[in-house]
Amino acid sequence: MILATELEPVAPSSWQLPPAMSDGAPAVDSTYNFIFWFSVAFTVVITVLMLYFVVKYKRRPGVKSEPTGHFNRLEMFWTITPTIFIGVLFHVGYGTYIKNATAAEGATEIRVRAKKWSWEFEYPSGDRAPGELTLEVGRPYKMIISSEDVLHSFFIPEFRLKRDAVPGQYSFIAFTPTVPGKAQVFCAEYCGTSHSGMLATVNILPHKEYEEFVKTLGKCTGTPEECKPEKWGETLFTKNACTTCHGPGGTGLIAGSKSPGPKLAGIYNTMQPMSTGAPVMADENYIRESILRPNAKIVQGYTTVQMPAFVMKDDQLDAIIAYLKSLK
Amino acid sequence: MAAITSTPAGHHDAIDESVSYLKTTKGLMSWLTTLDHKRIGVMYLISVTIAFALGGTFALLVRAELFTKGKTLMDADTYNRMFSLHGVVMVFLFIIPSIPAAMGNIILPIQLGAKDVAFPRLNLLSLYIYAFGACFGIYSMINGGVDTGWTFYTPYSSSDPAHGGVGSPSAVIPMTLAAFIMGFSSILTGVNFIATVHKMRAPGLTWRRLTLFTWSLYATSIIQVLATPVLAITLLLLTMERFLGLGIFDPRLGGDPVLFQHFFWFYSHPAVYIMIVPGMGVVSELIATFSRREPVGYMAIAASSLGLALLGFLVWGHHLFVAGMSEYATMVFSALTFLVAIPSGVKIFNWVATLYKGSISLQSPMLWALSFLFLFTIGGLTGLFLGMLAVDVHLHDTYFVVAHFHYVMVGGTVMGFVGGLHYWWPKFTGKMYDESWARVGWFFVFIGFNVTFLTQFVLGSRGMPRRYYDYLPQFQELHQISTIGSWILGFGFLILLVMFSRSLIGGKAAPRNPWGSAALEWMTPSPPPIYNFLPGKEPILTRGQYDYHLATDDELYEGYDDPMFPGRDGNKPKSTEGKAHA
Repeated sequence: MILATELEPVAPSSWQLPPAMSDGAPAVDSTYNFIFWFSVAFTVVITVLMLYFVVKYKRRPGVKSEPTGHFNRLEMFWTITPTIFIGVLFHVGYGTYIKNATAAEGATEIRVRAKKWSWEFEYPSGDRAPGELTLEVGRPYKMIISSEDVLHSFFIPEFRLKRDAVPGQYSFIAFTPTVPGKAQVFCAEYCGTSHSGMLATVNILPHKEYEEFVKTLGKCTGTPEECKPEKWGETLFTKNACTTCHGPGGTGLIAGSKSPGPKLAGIYNTMQPMSTGAPVMADENYIRESILRPNAKIVQGYTTVQMPAFVMKDDQLDAIIAYLKSLK
Repeated sequence: MAAITSTPAGHHDAIDESVSYLKTTKGLMSWLTTLDHKRIGVMYLISVTIAFALGGTFALLVRAELFTKGKTLMDADTYNRMFSLHGVVMVFLFIIPSIPAAMGNIILPIQLGAKDVAFPRLNLLSLYIYAFGACFGIYSMINGGVDTGWTFYTPYSSSDPAHGGVGSPSAVIPMTLAAFIMGFSSILTGVNFIATVHKMRAPGLTWRRLTLFTWSLYATSIIQVLATPVLAITLLLLTMERFLGLGIFDPRLGGDPVLFQHFFWFYSHPAVYIMIVPGMGVVSELIATFSRREPVGYMAIAASSLGLALLGFLVWGHHLFVAGMSEYATMVFSALTFLVAIPSGVKIFNWVATLYKGSISLQSPMLWALSFLFLFTIGGLTGLFLGMLAVDVHLHDTYFVVAHFHYVMVGGTVMGFVGGLHYWWPKFTGKMYDESWARVGWFFVFIGFNVTFLTQFVLGSRGMPRRYYDYLPQFQELHQISTIGSWILGFGFLILLVMFSRSLIGGKAAPRNPWGSAALEWMTPSPPPIYNFLPGKEPILTRGQYDYHLATDDELYEGYDDPMFPGRDGNKPKSTEGKAHA
């Protein structure tokens, strides 16, 4: 089996564009290249003409400027010609767009949930995977995108696709991955402090490996060493993007500054002051409740920060709790 | 101009109508209570320059933070506030009032041969409203820690965490209010300019003889008057949602957050044309003067300004191509967006054609005008990338968009603003500046700008999203080049600041018409007297303001001293060579 980490990097399409890894991407690239070379040619012509005139008609003694006449035909020419050009550009741009906007018959539906500041993917089986979207080469997909808090935007440069996640409604994109390899999910709509940390990876697997992957959904897939509860918990902690609020290793620090969420390292089995009510013992039940219902108890000083709720299986929760217990 | 009337001067015993407007009256109060459009314009000019320096500093801090991956200077929240401040200050405090309210205020009435604008008191009021709105806006941003970007999208900007929301500290209501206060100032200036153009033109100054700068301000004024009220509607809806609990934008109350984007861009897209059209007007003046030629297609350029003003109202939807509009709506907005390319292209072709068979002088203002042509062409063409739906889906909200609008706003409007500042500086201040340093400054700004923003096109097409505090390692190299470019750019503006300051302190006295222009503002002393023209010399026009072949030698060359081409002027007849200039 090919592990996601062993996927070969795919070569970029050009010095301007990332690798093209979906069915719609090559058409977008040819559209891009078409308008790029059109623009280069236009800019060169305008600039060369301008520089040529500046040199040729430089102010000289005894040479007057020629009074300006009327050039109605010329005016008509350079009004009508661009109109035809932009007609073509519009047609090409819209044609490619509408083809990409249409989902194939029988596409596999995957729910994409955006929340500050992580991505969660739910497969048709009901299994949820945070921070990592695994797809099969050649299978048509439809993403059903939603947001739990503010605006986000689901952006995969390798697929040339982007769609806003809007709270209170669903939005969709459709594609078929065509090349095995890794792609990148970005959040492209500004969403606050850790907007730039709201990333996820896309693993595109060949058929056989994908079948293997489906069997292990929601379970730990690494070596026995990697699947020790603390170790798996650490992986889940990172993939669920807990680090974007609590800092790497739950240190409460991101790049040397205080993170938006409280420090988690070393809190196990200590009394935690609450924003309302008496201090609470940070035991297994407290951690479990804080993951599933984050607003049930809020640590002192964090009333203005809100954590989204996470849905996890018991063994995943156990692993994360084990990991947090191991942090000093 | 050619014929000068001998209308009797008015009866203003208290002031001397023949001395410079800078010296007519003295003291701080004489400035703060002035009704003179030139003094109001100068105060606007000082305000927008301060705003530009402030916004530029924020930009340099943002770029410096991006020099390395992770934390370089500041934490994520500070960074987010910095780019928000940069956007708000540059858009609302600098670029919208920059050319119309500052330069337009000074030049428009003189180019109309008028004593002042139609409503001088309203003009002063608009300055104070602007100043109040600016202070209110900056105070709200710093006090509220606004980190939403200049677009204030809901629900991030409208759901205060102190009230159980999920967003930033309350931002959208005070910021929309500030934008509306400043917008009100724009409305007043717009109404004033429209009335002035209609009612205050000198005898003989037909619509066909208006300068293209005047036409551009006229078009801009129409947009300001029509678009700004939408801000008030938005403000009202936001207030009703917050205080009456009506669900309009907030999804938790059943509202639609995308609706806010429609409202926002229904004002802010026309505002983009409030920003660029006056820059085009300045460039038309510069190209005419430094080519000694009436712009080719005068009516086409004037009409395209009005065309842009109209189309500006119909294309707001192109900011929402990936926000969740129907495919049908995206199709309509894409098609309308492409139409903008026609008037823009017509202008570019006409400007280039004006150079043909002109008498071209490459003095510093012209360098800025030619930079505008080059940079605005790139800015416009990259707009076509974003108008093409399939390509926009990939490029939307990436650095490509950031680079595109900086090529239009900086490569267009700021080039026009700085070019106009060089061009009219002798008229505003009565002083010349050092041409060599002006060229050095231009060189650094031009190079620095391209290094900063050309790299950002590539960052964007490779997938780097905008408003990112941190980035993936593959983007570091281009970010570093861009940051180095921002230092070159900042250094260039610093040179210009020193150059203009030295001109104020020790600059040579400016002649009446240092560039040999045929337009009306150069027919009056530098700086002009309080009522713009000397008593008894109020103009009656017998020719157009670009009719170089009809202008007399005295009009063009009295006191003319071309610092770069002494004695080499092609239009100057032999008989006047060596004539002692007054």
